[in-house]
Amino acid sequence: MVLKIERRVAWKSLLLGVLLAVGLSGMSQPVKAEYGDVVINNFSDAAGMRPAVFPHWFHRIRFRCKVCHADLGFKFKAGGNRITMAKIIDGKYCGACHNGEVAWSVENCAMCHSGIPGTPTHFHGSTLQRLVAPAYKPLPAKKTTDNKK
Amino acid sequence: MRVTSKPVSMMTTACLLAFLLWVSAAQAGAAGGSAAVGLMLADVSAANTFNLNLRKPKNPNAPPWEDGIHDTTNEATFKLQPPLEAYEGLPRTSFGNHVDWVKALDQGLIKPRWDRLDSNEEPFVMDLDIVRPVKASVPDVVFPHRQHTEWLFCSNCHPAIFIPQKGANQINMSAILLGQKCGVCHGKVAFPIETKTCKKCHSKPKPADWEPPLSEATLKNPWK
Repeated sequence: MVLKIERRVAWKSLLLGVLLAVGLSGMSQPVKAEYGDVVINNFSDAAGMRPAVFPHWFHRIRFRCKVCHADLGFKFKAGGNRITMAKIIDGKYCGACHNGEVAWSVENCAMCHSGIPGTPTHFHGSTLQRLVAPAYKPLPAKKTTDNKK
Repeated sequence: MRVTSKPVSMMTTACLLAFLLWVSAAQAGAAGGSAAVGLMLADVSAANTFNLNLRKPKNPNAPPWEDGIHDTTNEATFKLQPPLEAYEGLPRTSFGNHVDWVKALDQGLIKPRWDRLDSNEEPFVMDLDIVRPVKASVPDVVFPHRQHTEWLFCSNCHPAIFIPQKGANQINMSAILLGQKCGVCHGKVAFPIETKTCKKCHSKPKPADWEPPLSEATLKNPWK
């Protein structure tokens, strides 16, 4: 009788410990990147590169939104610009500044391509990402058409 | 004595095991990102974690190598500037980047360029407040052009996102939360949409004699 109770308590405590471990490991995982960080992985993974990470916070200290979003033609959409290295070395998008004159040049590959491989294109910490599951949507292959009736 | 000591020792072992597992999981998480951890609850979005509304980030403004999206096997990750280093001396808030960007700009603590190359070019600032009455009991919305034109150009919003005409724009919070209208920026890069930030837009109190309109179901209630 005593042995039975003892065994039950032991199992319970073991179970509690394991649950605690699982819970804590789950808790220790949240991604805490900066608000407004954008991971861009339209083509990177497929090309064998790490996805690019764009920190809005760093750039807005140096430039107003207008410079990129009006003058350089960046759309207000993560991954919506379909930026490629060919465009960048032609001086478009990131290449307008990352040319060795305004900012460091493109040979510093890993400074931008610094994301964890396999991370989908997304806006880190956006309200939509916090509230709606699934959090990430891949870039549509072609222009999406509205199916509204 | 033996009866009580055994479960207790078992409990300690279990707790120790739990701690070890947790430490190893945390280390694995730091090293290889979320994908490398086998013992995770599930790789679900934040929407499916427990009590997401009360969860506070323990370490806001983490350096790139601890932020969970940068690859720590990449040497260049450690060359990137940690946000807190850049935020030193800037006014703090309790949301978003934890920096009040508008205040920082107004106080001249940051001097972002208006032109890509010319650091002396001044922005085209328009000081015009637009008041938008709100049906619900929350305060009416005041949209200040000044703060927005400090950062943006007219063509960023007009006419694609907002038609520059009174009464032409239907805006509601659902659309904003889904990333349309104000939500194109707010909730992504500009200040986030949280309870703490409601009053940043909903800032004009209703008149003292304002009463919430009764819903039609109440007015036409046949069982009244």
